Amino acid sequence: MSEHESVPIVTLTDAAKHFGPVRALDGVSLSVRPGDCLGLVGHNGAGKSTLVYLVNGGFAPSAGEISFSGADDAAGAGVRSVFQELSLCPNLTVAENLRISNRALTGAGWRRNARAIITESLDEIFPGHGIDPDTEVDMLPIAERQMVEIAIGFAPRGTEARLVILDEPTSSLDAGIAEQLLTHIKSYCAAGGAVIFISHMLGEVFQVASRIIVLKDGRIVAERATEDFTRQGLVEAMGHVAAEGSAGTDLAERQTGEIVIRTEQGLTARKGEIVGLSGLAGHGQAEALAKLYLSQSSNWRAGHEPKSVFVAGDRPRDGILPLWSILNNMSISFLRQIESWGFVDRAAERAKAEEWKKRIGIRTEDITNPVLSLSGGNQQKVLFARALASTAPVVIMDDPMRGVDVGTKQDVYAMIRDEAAHGRTFMWYSTETEEVCQCDRVFVFRNGEISAELVPPNITEERILEASFHMQEAS
Amino acid sequence: MSTQSASRTPLAVLISRPWIWSWAAAALAFAATLGLTSGRGAGELAYAALSFGAFAAIVGMGQMLVITLGPGNIDLSVPATMTLAATLALRTMGTEPGTALYGLVIALAVGFCVGIANFALIFLLRLPPIIATLAASLIYQSIAIWSNRGLRIKPPEGLAEFATGRFLGVPNVAWVALVLAILVWVLLERLTWGRWLLATGQNQRAARLAGVPVEAVRAVTYVSVAIFAALAGYLLASFSGGAALNMGTEYLLMSIAVVVIGGCSVAGGDSNVPGVWGAALFMFLVVSMLNSYGTGAGVRNVLTGTIIICIVIAASTRRARQ
Repeated sequence: MSEHESVPIVTLTDAAKHFGPVRALDGVSLSVRPGDCLGLVGHNGAGKSTLVYLVNGGFAPSAGEISFSGADDAAGAGVRSVFQELSLCPNLTVAENLRISNRALTGAGWRRNARAIITESLDEIFPGHGIDPDTEVDMLPIAERQMVEIAIGFAPRGTEARLVILDEPTSSLDAGIAEQLLTHIKSYCAAGGAVIFISHMLGEVFQVASRIIVLKDGRIVAERATEDFTRQGLVEAMGHVAAEGSAGTDLAERQTGEIVIRTEQGLTARKGEIVGLSGLAGHGQAEALAKLYLSQSSNWRAGHEPKSVFVAGDRPRDGILPLWSILNNMSISFLRQIESWGFVDRAAERAKAEEWKKRIGIRTEDITNPVLSLSGGNQQKVLFARALASTAPVVIMDDPMRGVDVGTKQDVYAMIRDEAAHGRTFMWYSTETEEVCQCDRVFVFRNGEISAELVPPNITEERILEASFHMQEAS
Repeated sequence: MSTQSASRTPLAVLISRPWIWSWAAAALAFAATLGLTSGRGAGELAYAALSFGAFAAIVGMGQMLVITLGPGNIDLSVPATMTLAATLALRTMGTEPGTALYGLVIALAVGFCVGIANFALIFLLRLPPIIATLAASLIYQSIAIWSNRGLRIKPPEGLAEFATGRFLGVPNVAWVALVLAILVWVLLERLTWGRWLLATGQNQRAARLAGVPVEAVRAVTYVSVAIFAALAGYLLASFSGGAALNMGTEYLLMSIAVVVIGGCSVAGGDSNVPGVWGAALFMFLVVSMLNSYGTGAGVRNVLTGTIIICIVIAASTRRARQ
């Protein structure tokens, strides 16, 4: 493969990207040459997306350098990206969508040219695809949209594609179509193109990648030729091995009661149990919890004894009532428990809120201050107080520790354990594996389904990672 | 926002109340009108303002509850509901003495049915409230036309006397609106239900996830606004000697304007009962002020619109500064 010796298409030298104090990417050096097929793996928040946006020119680096051969920018160098979140315009046809990224398609008859180009590209990558280029995109099923997106990524668009970045391209494709894509990637790279392939399907990564890069906490922790990795080694490189049985031991021995939750999907929880939900972000955990909560409460009536309460992680969308005081935000979920004849017992409301302000340590002089006067972490404490102050036996938590500092986290962990010991059940989705490792039982999600149910002593970071990533053998 | 410091003077507290602005505007218009007559006729002007303001206050409070539900929530069927309720009530009473209560029940029942129908369109067909209530109002208006065939039926004498009468020097209709205002204020400020309504208006999804039965809150609110409109229609028809097909027309803009001028948040989640009352008085007083200055109908409309816009701008910049 003589191309490997040629000039790199893109070179990153100590490139870093910071968002305020967050170091999303913390000094990465990397070059991609024609013929490379680079596998990029890493856990949630490892910095994969940020790296993609640096390479395709979406972000400028905060520090370090990024250079493209033969051009000033990513587009000129023929760098393309295909995203998992579909970026097609749903109201345009397949051919018209090609025009959006292909500025060279001008003049009369551009539609005809666009049709020809996209059809050729689709035929090449997915033989027998059966997609009509005149169909509007919102009429296509999700898999076909993803195919169109991929075909646009590889299609000539004024410039030839030299480096195509594929972010989870197979997540919505079935096995046969995915196989066609992998075959195409191999022949494309053999012909001198380059690909950066991001996937949680480790089998696919092993199948196509010539080199694998493991990102963790914004840094490259391993970069080797694919042959030098084993699957187990790759999983270990992605996560640090948790200290054996650190926090889980005493929890594991705790007595828990009868089953109080059982969903169609397979989630179960016992009285007094802390149940964790894990897996890669966006694999259906939040939806499963929201569905569980909605099924346990009603749009039409609210009883005096709610079955469950919800702690939101996405505060502006799901939690905070922005016009209100801290007091009113806290009390909304327990009003029914302190009312008489429909009237709010304002003395009792105040007393209960003051008590929880102390217990959970909300930093404010006066709980009648607006809730938005609090920092994000303290707003989150208000949401915790809202849930814990009610008498509901089940507490559902949707990644509630975002933006919460370490000290507060420890306080809340202690409070959760205490409440669980008194018979409350917790359903806890967290993107941080360490938190999940403290649970009594863990459900790992993949593609919207439960891929594993772990109980101690099997709740380890490795087991969770293993279940989060697809471990199928390469064919 | 450091507005919570304990050292504020009573005046500062007063100015920070959003309802003060509509009352101040009403007082200004009142003073400007009397300035022309050098103080003569103050009592008559106040009496007229309370009489006509009462109708605007009643429909305004209903509209306020709906607008509090959050962006997109509004009831444009208010005029048609007023007309329909008044027409059917007056037809049922047929000028017979002693039927006032019976007519009231009919009017409120019409309001209840209209509210249920509006909410059914919004909830079951997922229509935007602005379309659902506007389209439905054509139907209500048509029923009103069909049922009275252009005949103007007089209200029973006792009822007409009540609607135009006074108690302790204050018009009876103003007493009715005042009692309603107190009820609405208690609902919003003291009842769990009011908290639910305000929470829903701020963020419906967050409210639902906090355990608020949001659809029930919405349903009751849409029924309430229709009942308020029906009551206003019943009283207005009794007040003015019969139901007319166009009697509700001016109350479409009126009901929305008093909510906005009264200092409620158009984005929802924030209600203001005293402000709506102040705005209702203002809306009458500004027209009578322009009348007494001898402006023509066209100029009057232009000026009224301009004044409303100025007050809304003043109120919203004040909120933004907070």
